[in-house]
Amino acid sequence: MSIVMDTRASTGPSVPRLAIVATLVLVVLAALPYVVDVYQTQLLIYGLVFAIAALGFNLLLGYTGLLSFGHSAYFGTGAYTVAFIVRDLGIQSMELCILGGLIGTFLVSALFGFVCVRHTRIFFGILTLALSQVLWSLAFKFFWVTGGTDGMRVASAKLTLFGGLVDFQGRGAFQRFVFAYYYYVLILFAASTVIMWIIVHSPFGKALQAIRDNETRASFVGISVRRYRWVAFVISGLFTGLAGILWVPLNGLTTPDVLYWPFSGELVFMTVLGGFRSFTGPIVGAIVFNYLKTYAVASTEYWQLLLGVVLVALVMVLPTGIVGTAARVADKIMRRTP
Amino acid sequence: MTIFIIQVLNALFYAAVLFLIAAGLSLIYGVMRIVNLAHGTLYALGAYVSAWVVGGAIGHAVAGTLGLVGLLLLLPVGAIAIAIIGAAIEPTLLRPLYRRPEEYHLLLTFGLLMILEDLMKLLFGGTPLSAGQIMDFMGSVPIGRLLYPTYNFFVIVVGVAAAIGLWWFIYRTKFGVILRATSQDRRMAGALGINVGRVYVQAFAIGCFMAGLGGAVVVPAQAAVLGMGVEALVLAFVVVVIGGLGSLEGALVGALIVSFVRTAGIQFFPEIELAVLYLIATVVLIVRPTGLFGRA
Repeated sequence: MSIVMDTRASTGPSVPRLAIVATLVLVVLAALPYVVDVYQTQLLIYGLVFAIAALGFNLLLGYTGLLSFGHSAYFGTGAYTVAFIVRDLGIQSMELCILGGLIGTFLVSALFGFVCVRHTRIFFGILTLALSQVLWSLAFKFFWVTGGTDGMRVASAKLTLFGGLVDFQGRGAFQRFVFAYYYYVLILFAASTVIMWIIVHSPFGKALQAIRDNETRASFVGISVRRYRWVAFVISGLFTGLAGILWVPLNGLTTPDVLYWPFSGELVFMTVLGGFRSFTGPIVGAIVFNYLKTYAVASTEYWQLLLGVVLVALVMVLPTGIVGTAARVADKIMRRTP
Repeated sequence: MTIFIIQVLNALFYAAVLFLIAAGLSLIYGVMRIVNLAHGTLYALGAYVSAWVVGGAIGHAVAGTLGLVGLLLLLPVGAIAIAIIGAAIEPTLLRPLYRRPEEYHLLLTFGLLMILEDLMKLLFGGTPLSAGQIMDFMGSVPIGRLLYPTYNFFVIVVGVAAAIGLWWFIYRTKFGVILRATSQDRRMAGALGINVGRVYVQAFAIGCFMAGLGGAVVVPAQAAVLGMGVEALVLAFVVVVIGGLGSLEGALVGALIVSFVRTAGIQFFPEIELAVLYLIATVVLIVRPTGLFGRA
């Protein structure tokens, strides 16, 4: 009996079962805009966008063992590239914006990653932070290009989705935009999740986990540690960049705040809130964090205090996050009832 | 020429403040291997407390009886308050985490940062607090055809005194020996009968005291505002990265480099002044990850 239990524990739930659960979650998510109002839908979009960012971030933290404190750089690069594309090139197609934003993020994360993966642990964290601050200071100081602290506007009503099939001219533009954009983001979120799932379960993903657990052994097996870390860094940056790209039209504005290092801290917060040792942790963490922050901001001027207390309590009491703790509780209940 | 001298003095003033912050950050990392993200916020809190105390003393018209020396003696109250906060934080929040990976240290101190930033807002409100009266009392010194505040010289002297004092403390006293022993090998120090827990509390409190002192000396010259801590932390990071995490000499040299580059930057290339600093830190990390004075 115990042997059977062990094999199940080591391989995890089977792929068909996982697919069923994932489809169910997706169906519920797809039905939600018909049930809840525009504001709640909008909140959910934010949650899904941050989930993509956290998913990307966790490829580095959870699977490669590198804590980046500068992921605001890639989120911000995605956001600002879209703002530039819309303003300076006059492009309205969201697909072209995504393409351009991903190219921008790719270039930045490839360059920064090349530098950062030379180090690990605390030096990696500080290096990513320092590089992200370079971008922040540029966005902050070159106000005649980036608008400085005023940021850059991206009007959602001017954009078109699905190659021009859906546009938002005329009345009720905002409501229609939120409704359509929800499905747009949901599709990209689902695609991102599937792609990330394939990545972490591929030989490449296994190699990253081997590097995380024991760098020396991994290099003895023949894994070129630095290159793998670099590729992981770029993939991670691209996911976070995609989140930044999707975030801009929703927010309508991009400011240097999304490049400033406390925003990187928020991404870390989300991931740890959900639990960085599990695949779904960052997704859950991002959505929960978004609600937590929104309601904290709405209910008190001192929302940072509230979030800080949550973070400290989390680190002290629940280091495995929501998903890790839930799994442990579920496991205990399963064991008690034979 | 006059402008040049004033700019050099400005850079030295700035270096003194940065050194106080960065030395505390470096000391804490050197002894306990903790990168304290809340360090900048502790500096800001020190500034607020000092400004509040000095402002209170002046408001209650005791300034006349206290005199200038009295007011200057009130400034370190902020630093002492921060040291007490540090001594409370270490045993309660940090101690349970030493066995955990350093990600958790960063997260916990980031949480502390959020808490302290808002506590500051809660206690002192959103309006800037200043102890500018001290600067006014001290008058100014003529340099060429321009006037330069005497208080800035005082800050430079405090910075130099802090550097010498800290050096003497770490390399010439018995406590310094214990501190260095603990930082090199925690378990061995424990085996030799050193109360490691107490050393950690003291080291963390001293580090916090330095941050608070930085805030205390800056507040007569610049008002304490919200967000100053977050900004200061990144600059202190640049300083310790250039100088070497955990190195006192490094913090001094790093502070000088950063403030001279910054002063020159504001004069000659204001747009990329901050970017240049971060790039210098990046280059140092690539070429010499342990910093100019750090040991591997």
